[in-house]
Order: sequence, then C-alpha cells, then structure tokens
Amino acid sequence: MTDAAPILELRAVETRFPLRNAWGRQTDWLRAVDGVSLSVARGEILGVVGESGCGKTTLGKTIAGIHRASAGDISFEGNEIGGLSPTAGRALRRRLQYCYQDPGASLDPHWKIGRALEEPLVIHTKMAAGERRARVRAVLAAVGLPETHLDLYAHEISGGQQRRVGLARILMLRPSLVILDEPTSGLDVSVQATVLRLLLESRARFDLTYLFISHDLAVVRLIAHRIAVMYLGKVVETGATEAVFGAPRHPYTQSLLAAVPVVGGARVTETFWLEGEPPSPTNLPTGCHFRTRCPRAEARCAAEAPALRVLADGRRVACHFAE
Amino acid sequence: MNAELLSVRDLSVEFTTEGGVARVLDAVSLALPAGEIMGLVGESGCGKTTLARAILGALPANARMSGTALRFDGRDLLALDPRVAADEVRGRAITFVPQDPFSSFNPLFTVGDQISEVLRWKSPDCPPGERIYARSRRRSDRARALAMLRAVQLPDPERLLTKYPHELSGGQRQRVMIAMALLPEPKLVIADEPTTALDVTIQAQILKLLRGLANERGVSVLFTTHDLGTAWEICDRVTVMYAGQALETAPIGSFFRRPMVPYTRLLLDSLPSRDAALRGIPGEVPSLIAPPPGCRFAPRCPLADGPCRASHPPPTEPAPDHQVRCHHPRIETVPA
Amino acid sequence: MSVLRRLLRDRSALLGLVIIAVLVLAAVFASPLATFPQDVSTYHVANRLLPPGSTFWFGTDRMGGDIYSRLLFGARLTIVIAVVATSLSVLIGVPVGLVAGYYTNRISDLLMRVSDVFLAVPQIVLAIAIAQTLGPAIQNVILALSVTYWPFWARLVYAETRSLRNEVFIEAAVALGASPARVMVLHVLPSIASSLIVRTTIGMGGAILVAAALGFLGLGPPPPTPEWGRMIAESRAFLPQAWWYATAPGMAILLVVMGFNLLGDGLRDALDPRLRRGGNER
Repeated sequence: MTDAAPILELRAVETRFPLRNAWGRQTDWLRAVDGVSLSVARGEILGVVGESGCGKTTLGKTIAGIHRASAGDISFEGNEIGGLSPTAGRALRRRLQYCYQDPGASLDPHWKIGRALEEPLVIHTKMAAGERRARVRAVLAAVGLPETHLDLYAHEISGGQQRRVGLARILMLRPSLVILDEPTSGLDVSVQATVLRLLLESRARFDLTYLFISHDLAVVRLIAHRIAVMYLGKVVETGATEAVFGAPRHPYTQSLLAAVPVVGGARVTETFWLEGEPPSPTNLPTGCHFRTRCPRAEARCAAEAPALRVLADGRRVACHFAE
Repeated sequence: MNAELLSVRDLSVEFTTEGGVARVLDAVSLALPAGEIMGLVGESGCGKTTLARAILGALPANARMSGTALRFDGRDLLALDPRVAADEVRGRAITFVPQDPFSSFNPLFTVGDQISEVLRWKSPDCPPGERIYARSRRRSDRARALAMLRAVQLPDPERLLTKYPHELSGGQRQRVMIAMALLPEPKLVIADEPTTALDVTIQAQILKLLRGLANERGVSVLFTTHDLGTAWEICDRVTVMYAGQALETAPIGSFFRRPMVPYTRLLLDSLPSRDAALRGIPGEVPSLIAPPPGCRFAPRCPLADGPCRASHPPPTEPAPDHQVRCHHPRIETVPA
Repeated sequence: MSVLRRLLRDRSALLGLVIIAVLVLAAVFASPLATFPQDVSTYHVANRLLPPGSTFWFGTDRMGGDIYSRLLFGARLTIVIAVVATSLSVLIGVPVGLVAGYYTNRISDLLMRVSDVFLAVPQIVLAIAIAQTLGPAIQNVILALSVTYWPFWARLVYAETRSLRNEVFIEAAVALGASPARVMVLHVLPSIASSLIVRTTIGMGGAILVAAALGFLGLGPPPPTPEWGRMIAESRAFLPQAWWYATAPGMAILLVVMGFNLLGDGLRDALDPRLRRGGNER
C-alpha cells in the first residue's frame, strides 16, 4: 500500500484488565483489546470505528502509553514502545500524542493557558523561556486563537476555544502521530465542521498522521483514508474507506453500516436485521466473537477464530466466508 | 390531516437563574395530529427538552410558563387543576421516555417493582384517584406487564422483572422504559432523545420498535433529537427549533427535500456528505438571558435584514401543510 | 480578589478575622499595650488577688501580677505555639498524604497505616505522654503537638489526592510525560490548596486548645511564663472568690479558638470552587 515504512505498527496487541471480586481477589480478565494488528502509514488518517465495548478507546490509550499492553508489539517510528514502562517510553513517545475527547477538560483549571501550553516544552525540552513563548505564540496562532488567551484561565473561555487550546497543547511538541479520541462526539452538527476543518488544517500545516477513533461513521467516512472496524476487542475489517463503505465484507461491518440513517434515502430501520446485543466482554464467545449474532455462523465459527486475511483488493477481513 | 391531539400556541418559558432571567422558549407554537410521530429537532440550547417538559408539566421550580393555549385531547392543560393533571394526564394520557434510562431508574429497586409502581397508579384498569390496589388488578397488571415486555422484544420477561437496573444493558433499559411508557395506554408519548446514548446498531433496533409500536397502537409520539438522521428514520413530521424559537414545521418529505427557512437549509448542509466540502454554521448560539430581539437566528443568517432583527416573524404557511416563521422563506415552486 | 470580597461580606468570618487581628496585635504590641509589663516575671505579693479595677483592669493573680498584662504576653506564646506546631504538622502531613494518595503501592499503604496508628491514640493522651517524658518547656509542647497533629493533614491530603487522580487533567498531564513529582506539586497541590487552607486555619484553633490543656496540666512552659492554660490551673485554688483569675484567660482562649473556627468556616465558603467558576461551564 505504501512504499515507506509505516509510522505505527501493532502486532497482536492485547490489553487486559483484571476483574476482582468483592474480596479483591482476581477472578477473570477483561480482554479490552484482544489481539489487534494494524499499521498506520505516515501522513494518512486511519479511522478506527466500532460501538461501545469494542475496545477502540483502550487501544488508543494503550498506544499512547496510558495503559500498558499486556502482550504484543507496538512499534512507533521504528522503535519498540510496547513493553516499556511509562518513564522509559516517555522519550520515545514524545512524538506520539493523545488528544482527549474533551480537550478542554485536559487543562488544569488552576493554570493559566499560557503556562499550560508551555508545560510540554518544559517537560521534554531544554528550550529557553523566550524560545518557548515564541513557539507557544506560533501554535496558538495556528489554531486560530488570539494571544490574549495566554493570560486567561480555562474556565474563562468558551468550550470551543478550550478545545482548540487542548489541541494546541498537543501540537507543542511537534508530534508526528496524534491519536484523536472521539473528537466530534457530543458536538452539534454545525460545530462539527469547524472542528474537522481545524483538524485537517493542523494536519496539513504540521505534517501529522491521525488515528481517528470515533463511533460516528458519517464523520469517519468523510475524513479517513482507511478504516479499521473493531468488535469486542478485535479488528474485523480494514481497508480503504470508500471500498469498505461501498462494499463491506464482514457481516458485522455490513450491519454497522446498515444501521446508519441516510437523510433523504430509504429508511434503514425498515430493513435492519441485526438483533440482540453484543455479549459481555467478560464472557466472550469462543472462536469468532461475532458468531452469536451472525446470520452466517456455522460450527466452524465456534471452533476456530478467523484470522485477519488479506483479500484480493488489499482489504483485510476476519471472517471465514469473506472473499 | 387527522384531528389535532396536541396544540401549543405561543408558549413561553422563562427560567430565573443567577445570571438573570433566561427566556428559554419564546412564543412556540406547534400542532401534533393524532397518530403521528413528530420530531422536535434542534441543536443544544434550542429548547426542545424544555418544550417537552412543559407539555408534560414537569418543569423545574424556577421556571415560569405562559402561553395562549396548551390543549391536549380537547382539554386546556394550562387551566387544569394540578391534582387532576397529575392523576389523569401526566403519566397516563401523556407519558415520557427519558434520554438516559440509567439515571431514571431507582437503582435500589428491581425492574419489576418499578413497573408495578407505574401500573399501580396509572394502569388503564385503575380509575384516576383510586387508592386501593385490589388483588385481581394486581394479577391482570402483571399479565399486562409481561405482554408489554414481550412486545418490546425483551427475552425472558419473567426473569427480567427480578433484575436490577444495573444488570441490564443500555438497550434493554431503554426497551423497559418504552414498555413503561406504553403500559398506561397513553395517547401521547414524549421521547426525549431516547437513542442519543445508544450505539448505532441498538439505536436502529429501538427506532424500529418504537415506530412499530406507535403505529400499531395509534399512539402519537413527540420525539426530540439533535440528530437529523434519527428524525428522518422515525418521524412523520418535523419541527425545527433554534434558541427557543420554533422556525419550521413540515412533513418529512417537504422538510428534508424542500426546506424553506435558512437555518434549516444550513443545518442540512452541514451534515457530513461526500459530495460537498465541510460546511458549518459560523457564529455561536446567542445567550438566552439577552437574546436578539427579533428572530434569534438573525445574527448568523445570510438573509437577515431589518425586519428580521426587529421582530420575530409570525407563523405563515407558504405551502400546504408547511408552516414557517421567517421573513424570507425560500419557496420552491418546482416539485422535487 | 473576589475571594476576599466574599469573605468580608460574611459577618461571622469577619468577626473571626477581627478576633485574630486583635490577637496578633496584642502579641506584637504587648510591651506598649501592657500597663505593667514587668509583671511577666516579677512578684508583688502585696497586690495579690485584687479584683478588676482602674489600676488592674482584669485584676491580679496570686503573685500580684497584673492579669491583663500577663494575658498580652501570653498571646505571644499562644501565637508561637499555634503557628509553629501547625506549620510543622503541615510540613510533615502534606507530603505524606500526597505520596500516599498518588501511588497505589505498598509504600502508600505503609504511610497510611503509620498515620492511622497515630490517629488511633487520642491526641491529648499522646501529647501528655510526650510532654511528660520530655519535661515542661515550650519547645516540647510544640513537638508534642506536631507529632500528634500531622496525621490529620495526611489523611485529608490523601483523600483529596486519591479522588483527584482520576480527573482528566491529571491523566492528561501524566500522558504528556510529567513526572510524578511534577504532577503532585504543580497540579495536585494547587487543586487541594483551598481545603488545606481551611483545615489549617481551624487546626490552629485546635492547637491552641491542646496547648492550653497541656499548660493546664502543668506540662507547658514553667512559671512565671504567662501561659494561658497554666493561669487557669493556678486559679483553681482561689475559685470562686477570685472569679476574674480564671475568667480572663478562659475567655481569651475561648475567643481565640472561636475566631480561628469562624475564619476557617468563612474561608471554606469563600473558596468554594462552585461559586468561583462562574458562567462558562458547558
């Protein structure tokens, strides 16, 4: 797909959380991320989609180092960062930043915005105060905020501006990969476009690669070059966005796309066939996780978990019956 | 068009807050025919939830409501005695499906207890004001509850009644909420963003269910949402609101294909679409404490002029069954 | 600053502030304000146990010393004890609480168990034991107070740090690469500063009370130091006739402790973050 080496590569990454009973004894594991392999090419926007419980947020936080991977390899810009402790990984992860769903909440309410923006530089670089301030001003201008904001506190500016400040803080260290966790969730449709435009402009200006985690398929379709669909901790399908949206191969992807209303088109709910709810992540089905709801499930699906196979057009699908 | 089940005329609601008086609803009018599903669409702060609560009679203590008429099923709700309203209308003829089913359940009681609480006071077999719960009625109510849980496609209803709310998933909780809203055999169900918190595949199931049950039982639904796609899926008729003012009402075909009011057109344009560039609506929603005097969308409207800023336009009907409140509606004469 | 304005509008807090201001002024200007400054250390047995009058405003004690003047000099002692003992407690308790709250490992458990041990013993009893062992002197009183008082601050800071750890901005700072020390000192501490200030203010009142109790039991600074608790103890033999002997220092203690409590309560209301944030919450 790309000739250059991917900027991020995941191989069989797992993130497990221990489940404890009332006495604090561990009873089981919660497999939030259950063997994910993917790669992100430099400069692209990879959309990671799925519904609640699919593990996409945990995946993002694991890559960013907020959670520690229980198994598997994560390599970023050629360096292995998967198994490292937070301190050891810090230097290597400098160019990998994680943007919260509500970037305004990531700002310390007792700090002035200028100081909050300088903090990444203070932690990671040995820049002089003057240099730091210059860079802060440059990035602030790049996200479209006035210099007067430097002396304000987070609660003194609007929610939209807080979002920009949060994004600016992440851009301070000139990252190469930014993990965006639900950047448009909860936003009104008219505001969404502004945020997306800001993200695209920042990407062009700072040469960024995005891992765009979202449950909003319409937005992902618009902005991502490739997408990865997750279900209960595994990736079930990846491919170029238009290819997947146009002709989904995995039954889950098909049902997911079939559920999205299209204004002006046929009513999707009339023909929607997926029933029931996803099984609990603490009680995963053997073999293929989707088999309990899949119309094409057979005995083979319970016995053998399908691997992510490469299809003719470069697509990867984790289903025994996809071709 | 069927007979009007609900008619709201010039309803205004004000909240007294620390910062001043917030005029959350400004002379809102709408009419809901019997048996139809009407969508109240709007972005955050438009007042759709307040309107839903005003009709239900569940506004907070610091709210003041005033209006010309709020007629439901032939009765004037504004003039009704509060006790009569509580016994006969609220929870019985008009019921409510909330946005977040989790916080609407009491976590300490089982689902069965909470359903029987509803039936005890609001069952169709129970005359309004009745205080005694006869054993025969208990039995028939339980049968009723089980039948309704099956109707909302919940498996194993007997076991479900013994579960606590936290043991159910979001989709299951919402189905129970719908069941509880339909049990008193209401004429109108007000659903406040019932699928916003749900995943898209569950949302599709719930929307299908809700529309099916409403049509089957002839129940009208007032459905608020900020998601236009959801409105398209389930509604027969849509009203769009902005900053406390109702701007346009039309059946969904006309609303989505031939919107007349600039706000509606801009809103539809900002839906993500592959064919067009990213478009939003520049500007911000006005403060409700000091709103613009005339049409509240005027500061952001490309067509705004003097009359727009001076006065809120009166309701007009430029096309059949398509009401707007705008000084510059765009009327398309060519059918789409 | 709006906090100050809010504080000044609260009448009981204002009263507390006034009382403490009076205390500080009395301590600082004890010499010029005292009518008989020499009575701190000299005896005039001829004047003993005189009731309050025009020469001796609060009467005299059993050694003939002017109670009013001795009270003023006693204020100095009171302030020194309150401030030093509380400061030491804060300096020990806050770091312990921060570290214990931030980490969730054995060290954190150990720290809290240690502070629990100290909390399990009634403060007065422990203070008595320490003062008894070390002997009556002002520095021993301060030591006894600090040793028994720091767990209160440790526990407060521990609880607040624990709950703050889950805040998004703390997690974001960690994700940014901030070291634990940096997060604790620059992010957690400012966020808990207001509750710390309130607790410290009220704590000073408590320290004065315990110090007076120690003095009453004879474990404080030895005579003729005009320590308020000791003055009350001395008065016991002469009650109820020499009623002024106990009343003056007793009222002084009462007012000062009340003053700190009122100020602390007022600060708690004035610093309430909900009132501080204002309009832009979305």
